Amino acid sequence: MKHSRAAVLLACCTSACSGFDRQSAVDPAGPQAESIEHLFVFMVVIAVVVYIAVIGATIAIIRRRKATDEDPRSPSREASAARAIKLAIGVVVPVLFVLLVYDFSVGRSVNAMTNTPMLTVELTGHRWWWEVQYEDPIPQNRVRTANEMHIPVGRPVNVKLASHDVIHSFWVPNLAGKKDLIPGHVNEVIIQADKPGVYRAQCAEFCGAQHANMSMMVVAESPERFSKWIASQRQVPAPPVDTLAARGQTVFEGGQCAMCHAVASTRAAASIGPDLTHVASRLTIAAGTLKNTTANLGGWIVDPQGIKPGVDMPSNALSPTDLRALLAYLRTLQ
Amino acid sequence: MTTADKRGAITLPPAIDQGDRERLQKTWEPRTGFIGWITSVNHKTVGKRYIATALIFFLFGGLEAGMIRLQLSRPDNGILGPDLYNQIFTMHGTTMMFLFAVPIMTAIGIYLVPLMIGARNIAFPRLNALGFWVYLIGGGFLYVMFFMNTGPDAGWTAYTPLSGPEYGFGKRVDIWAQMVTFTEISALIAALEIITTIFKMRAPGMTFSRLPLLVWAQLVTAFMVMFAMSSVATGSIMLAADRLIATHFFNPAEGGDVLLWQHLFWFFGHPEVYIIFIPALGMVSQIVTTFTGRPVFGYPVVVTALIATAVIGFALWVHHMFATSVHQLGESFFTAASTMISIPTGAQIFCWLATIWLGRPVWKTPLLFVIGFIVVFVMGGLTGVMLASVPFDLQAQDTYFVVAHLHYVLIGGAIFPLLGAFYYWFPKVTGRMMSERLGKWNFWLLFVGVNVTFFPMHILGLRGMTRRIYTYSDAMGWGTLNLIASVGAVIIVASMAVFAFNLFWSLRKGEAAGANPWNADTLEWATTSPPPPYNFVDTPVVIGRDGLWDYGDEFPVITGLHTDRPEVLITSVMTAEPRYRHEAPSPTFAPLVMGVLIGAMLIAGVFTPWGLVYGTAFIGIPFYMWAWPDKREHERNLREENEKRLEKKEAA
Amino acid sequence: MIAGLAKVSCMLLPGATLVCVLAACGGSESRDFRENPPAGSPLSAIKESELEPGGAVHTESTTVATLNNAYAISQGKALFEGMNCVGCHFHGGGGIGPPLMDDEWIYGSDPSQIFNTIVEGRPNGMPSFKGKLNNQQVWELVAYVRLLSGLGGTSVASAREDHMYLSPDLQLRKPQKPKNAAAPFK
Repeated sequence: MKHSRAAVLLACCTSACSGFDRQSAVDPAGPQAESIEHLFVFMVVIAVVVYIAVIGATIAIIRRRKATDEDPRSPSREASAARAIKLAIGVVVPVLFVLLVYDFSVGRSVNAMTNTPMLTVELTGHRWWWEVQYEDPIPQNRVRTANEMHIPVGRPVNVKLASHDVIHSFWVPNLAGKKDLIPGHVNEVIIQADKPGVYRAQCAEFCGAQHANMSMMVVAESPERFSKWIASQRQVPAPPVDTLAARGQTVFEGGQCAMCHAVASTRAAASIGPDLTHVASRLTIAAGTLKNTTANLGGWIVDPQGIKPGVDMPSNALSPTDLRALLAYLRTLQ
Repeated sequence: MTTADKRGAITLPPAIDQGDRERLQKTWEPRTGFIGWITSVNHKTVGKRYIATALIFFLFGGLEAGMIRLQLSRPDNGILGPDLYNQIFTMHGTTMMFLFAVPIMTAIGIYLVPLMIGARNIAFPRLNALGFWVYLIGGGFLYVMFFMNTGPDAGWTAYTPLSGPEYGFGKRVDIWAQMVTFTEISALIAALEIITTIFKMRAPGMTFSRLPLLVWAQLVTAFMVMFAMSSVATGSIMLAADRLIATHFFNPAEGGDVLLWQHLFWFFGHPEVYIIFIPALGMVSQIVTTFTGRPVFGYPVVVTALIATAVIGFALWVHHMFATSVHQLGESFFTAASTMISIPTGAQIFCWLATIWLGRPVWKTPLLFVIGFIVVFVMGGLTGVMLASVPFDLQAQDTYFVVAHLHYVLIGGAIFPLLGAFYYWFPKVTGRMMSERLGKWNFWLLFVGVNVTFFPMHILGLRGMTRRIYTYSDAMGWGTLNLIASVGAVIIVASMAVFAFNLFWSLRKGEAAGANPWNADTLEWATTSPPPPYNFVDTPVVIGRDGLWDYGDEFPVITGLHTDRPEVLITSVMTAEPRYRHEAPSPTFAPLVMGVLIGAMLIAGVFTPWGLVYGTAFIGIPFYMWAWPDKREHERNLREENEKRLEKKEAA
Repeated sequence: MIAGLAKVSCMLLPGATLVCVLAACGGSESRDFRENPPAGSPLSAIKESELEPGGAVHTESTTVATLNNAYAISQGKALFEGMNCVGCHFHGGGGIGPPLMDDEWIYGSDPSQIFNTIVEGRPNGMPSFKGKLNNQQVWELVAYVRLLSGLGGTSVASAREDHMYLSPDLQLRKPQKPKNAAAPFK
């Protein structure tokens, strides 16, 4: 019974069976996740062996013949019981030691900092979205975005973790273990992807009403594509040419949007909510909750409480023309 | 032959006086009816009250779990919104941990320990009654506020700053913090009494090496409670102060630290699970002994394992905090300790298996639950050792993998033994046997249900499902496994329904049990079922570790305790020799009054700090009621002293 | 058996009733994420003139659901900082703008008057937030502003915020009875 469960477990996990396997600890795409997965498999094997031994012994003991004549306190049987127990403990303790040694070595390798200068990203957790800032010695080259992080494949990325309000936790299971974002502390975690792909990260520390919907996408791409992405993120959006989009910009700057959001080189410069300078280039909106389509964006803008009840974004009663204009404008923010 | 002592000479047993029974009955149960019940200081009455209340909280916690599973059975389910869901899972954890698990283990100790050590009552009987009222009021307060939409919603762990003043707005977490105060007062009271009872009131001849294993477990647990509860009390008071009077314990901007809460909480929180687990281990030992017909193999190993688990249990707490970025040396230490704690528990399990192999097992329901415990708990223990390793823990922490682990160890390690204990001791408490057929249904439904519900959660956690989420999207692919888990929850509900039905039905129609239907060895089986208010007509004398099995035809007792006043026998700590007779306190309203006033003080303290100030003044009143000398007792003592003085004068 | 069931349900009925009654309370903890406008349209209830027929003076009149709601006050506090009210009013002590934690209300302390102040703006520097905040957000701010002088909501307010301690414990604010409740305009 237990055998087949383990087989199903591993089979289910190592193949992209049903659904989204881009948020899975047993589908590693980076060196840390991989060494952790190896450790996990090792531990599962030991656990299965120990479990089978214990359950097997239990079943054997239950099913032994009904011995009514044997003295329950017979010294010879007690002596063999003592021997069996000593043997069992004598086997278990060294196995635990081996496990401990392997575990310490994996821990140290996962924590090891490399010497090559690495990309540094500052991740700040908010209720309930992720603020992402790419560090750079040149101020103009710093990129500010939200709910999406691009990283080059094969290079370690140092993610500095800070929190704006409560404790959050950054967890991208395909790449690395989680680390908490704690107000008053600055933590760091190094992640590295060895395969290109889109990996989903989710907040893993209960942070309030919309903890369930606080995710982000970690996009691992080749270094060339990453440079192109960063370059496009550094660009400031041009004023829209289309009249509808221009009207949309007026709606954005003059209405509720600018009170919380920022778009570079416009009059909207607030930092309460996510930066929207390149919102159209993102895969998802609302912190990984919705695919980034016009329909979703429209629904989100008009009634965020219907999708994520409890977020700080208020409902926006826009006339249909204003909404169309706003959406057209936001689509230009690539 | 014992020496006389200035408090009263103890004689060797003459023929037992049958009139003793009636006199003892009148002395130990002076008032009947409702007044008698509510003023009772008898440990069995208070113990049964605790158990009944804890079972009601278990029902509530189970209903909350049912709602959680219902909401999570499908993706994007709309049964519970985020706010209500957050309250419900918080209440589930809080109820199960604070209001059910610890109190019921304590309650079983309060009921059984005096019986198992041959004492007439527990130490500090009035304090015992107070402990129950404080627990009832605290739990009731929490639930009344929950029904008023003010239930806590920051998780049973209430991490700051989510539970702090800014993000935990409103009164919700204040209610939680105060409930913690209530239950920790109650737990500390019970622990204090259990330690004192076990140290000072054992039957003559019951040295520590002859103590039944459940009594050892309760002793070790009581010590753990004393150390662990202090930590959570400190933390919850700091949290309440932060929220009410703007202190800055957890405010990093003003010199506090957010992580301080986690350390204080988990220093309690980890021993807490052992506080729940170790009494269950004691129950397993007793069940295995009785149902195999031989004492547990390796008594010293089992006792050492209990103590080792308790001590090491205090050195594990940071394993709940590995994701907060712990210094590497700390990580290594806590990993090693968390791995090591499996060894004593494993040793105990090997000893029990050896006992079953050596003995003649009788496959009644209690022993079935012990086997279920082994199968379910060992799985949880193995995932626990996996979680001890930091790199893997950083993947599995705060996911459903941990939910699976904790339910396997808590249900396997505490609920299975607890149910076995119910089937085992129900005849003693009520005088009736529970139905074996229903017991087997209960066991198998629970066994299947637990595995169907919680095994898929291991997989869910590794596939990315984090904890404490009120919904998830269909695209994640978690729907099937969640549905399976929810179906398993239905099976567990069925099992608990069978248990409840068995309980109530057996109370009315169960087969009558005699004093010792299982032919067990511990002292509680040497008196009637249910035991009389005075427990034993004459205090038994213990001659070996195997209790009643050592006696053969003769049953040595010690007489000399007065029958016209409630008296208990105090013995020495190490050698269990009788030292003196102690007059036990009589029933009174004082603990109820004091419990109500403490309740009023703490409840008012949630809303205004002045509540604590004024409340303290009022508590002085029941103090006087409590400690006021009993008039009849005082006059009787004076009379006896005069008589003795006259005797001395005449002899001189 | 039937008698037993009847007995049990008779015992449960008062308990169930109690639960229903209790569940009806708890409005102060409800999280109304969607806007729940108060009865009557607030804008039309705002007085623009000092003159009143009948001689009697019209004082505090508007009751709004947000005034005693923990979530609303918490959101109001976040908005007070997020919308930079602190830039002029500081944390109630005033600076460029008048203090909000005292008993002097230039433009009136009634919730509808505070609503008007925020939405329409006022001479001498108070900007108009019309179109910048929706009604629910403004009512949340109204509740918080009244809390600053202790006029309501102290029982559900948080004692402090999780940053530097800048103003006294909100739960212990003594109500500052508005000096000129009868005269809305100076």
